[in-house]
Amino acid sequence: MRAWHFTEMPYPHYPQDEPATRINLPNKHFDPKIGAELYNRYFDEHMIADQLGLDIMLNEHHQTPSCIDTCAPLSAAILARQTKQARICVLGNPIGHRNDPIRVAEEMAMIDCISRGRLECGFVRGVPYEVYAANTNPTQTGERLWDGVDLVIKAWAPTEAPFNYEGRFWHRRSVNVWPRPYQTPHPQIWITGSSDIETTKRVAERGWVFANFLLPFAKVKPLFDAYRASFVEHGLPGGGGLAYMPLVHTADSEAEADKGAEELRWYLTAPRAEPHFRNPPGYMPVAANVAAIRQAETGGGRVARNASLDQLREQGILICGTPDSVAKQIKRFYDHVGGFDHLLMMDHAGFMNHERTVRAMTLFAREVYPQIKDLPRTTPLRVAPAAAE
Amino acid sequence: MAREELVAVGDAEIEVLRRGAGQPLLLLPGEDMLEADSAFVAGLAERFEVVLPSPPGFGRSTRPDWLSAPGDIAYLCLSLMERLALESVPVIGCSLGGWIAVEMAVRNAARCSRLVLIDPYGVKLGGPTTRDFVDIWQLSPEKVAALKWHDPEHGKRDTATLSDEQLGRMARNHESFARFSWEPYLHNPKLKHLLYRIGVPTLMLWGEQDGIASPDYGRGYAQLIPGATTTAIADAGHYPHLEQPEAVLRRVTEFLG
Repeated sequence: MRAWHFTEMPYPHYPQDEPATRINLPNKHFDPKIGAELYNRYFDEHMIADQLGLDIMLNEHHQTPSCIDTCAPLSAAILARQTKQARICVLGNPIGHRNDPIRVAEEMAMIDCISRGRLECGFVRGVPYEVYAANTNPTQTGERLWDGVDLVIKAWAPTEAPFNYEGRFWHRRSVNVWPRPYQTPHPQIWITGSSDIETTKRVAERGWVFANFLLPFAKVKPLFDAYRASFVEHGLPGGGGLAYMPLVHTADSEAEADKGAEELRWYLTAPRAEPHFRNPPGYMPVAANVAAIRQAETGGGRVARNASLDQLREQGILICGTPDSVAKQIKRFYDHVGGFDHLLMMDHAGFMNHERTVRAMTLFAREVYPQIKDLPRTTPLRVAPAAAE
Repeated sequence: MAREELVAVGDAEIEVLRRGAGQPLLLLPGEDMLEADSAFVAGLAERFEVVLPSPPGFGRSTRPDWLSAPGDIAYLCLSLMERLALESVPVIGCSLGGWIAVEMAVRNAARCSRLVLIDPYGVKLGGPTTRDFVDIWQLSPEKVAALKWHDPEHGKRDTATLSDEQLGRMARNHESFARFSWEPYLHNPKLKHLLYRIGVPTLMLWGEQDGIASPDYGRGYAQLIPGATTTAIADAGHYPHLEQPEAVLRRVTEFLG
């Protein structure tokens, strides 16, 4: 089991009475001086994670104070040079929104070389709000993701001569990416998913890592099972693995842990988006939209925003407590979902200060990590009849 | 003759509905697909055989993957007219259907005897930071309805009374509308430069209270179409033919003679 430090790099210092934060919060509320302090502080914490033996995950969002890392490759480039041992996971490149997969291939290859092979390269379709900032046609985000990843992988491979690419979304007359990635054949690919079993299977087929974020046990298990089953069906390609992200806070006492957990909960409650931004046309399949209309008719559909800490802990979305308690909760989650390989820890959010963040990371690294490090990695699940002896 | 059929056109299957009897008239519906059973179409059906194709991705029509804009749909609609032997017939296009009708007319106006455009999209008249159309994708459905309808009651649909199949079709219409008009938003940048090719008498109708695209926009659009005349319809929003069917029918019948 590997453990990853992660913060969305929030800028929480905006007027709390604004009706929306994602997409529409006017950027006049961003104070560059505060922003400069925050960026530097977050990079300091990434350096500490490196020194503590944790790996580092980065992501990006746009037009939102909940995440001012708008360019994960830039952050990854800084850390590639400044950290010494951490693996650096960009999770991920919103490749369908970037409009230039070749540029992404170049950026990732450069980071992989500078870090001497410490890059883990994730690709994401992007959450629904992202289409408004990127202006990508929301009816094609999935296709753009898969076409984009395929093109990046092709571009990373050694060429004898430039190749042309005239696909559905992008056209290039001469592709010949310099540099190539440090790792052979290329960095491990990661893909995220939250409900679609077909995506999960496709990720397993290719031996890539499948990751999901902040879902309850009950929803994680079928996805992870589908991944493991597909792994068997496709002859167990190398690499791969499963990653899960809960909110994680380790503290000296249960009371302190609850305080920290409350601060992490900011991520679930503070960033708001108007409802239609959460469901752009064509982002969800037709059947899912019909189900959502039916649910609205009966007044259902309110999700875990208002869940208590206990409820979040019960579902596995939140892991918090003293070191032994945290280790126990991780093992419980591990057993519930049939095992996983990467614990992506959202261990900072909202207003949590530097001292609390670093104390929690330190306690985790020294007292929790040794207890979970040797949990066995994802094993194939033998459910396919063809695989039975 | 079948009142509903699927017609193969190129690699698409286009749903075609028919209403009434008489001289044929092609009516291209708006993106909400509310025309088929409207008083407006019932009124037209007293004099014409109204032929209503559902654009690809709407109703029961398939949506081949290569289609990305109303200009692509125009080719299929022209082929459909050929298949149905519709020659030199009046064409009425509403909203998205109006945009498709304009795209057809600049490609081949010969199939069309007269053109009626009801609050069509299709061209951009303002500068880069001017919104010619309200961005409906950044507003709640309630706000969009308030802008679209003079009387927002007209836009309300009780989803509980609809079957899953009907709801699914609504959701798919919505998705297809985004597929074809997300970017460039509700216009084809080249279309403005091709409007000179429309050589048939054209009537532009505009709802005075259209909150999606203003009557001024409509007048500006009409000025680019040779000889087009514009009429504003009072007490009507983006769908004047649905909110004021009698006034629109009167104007349309006068125009079609």
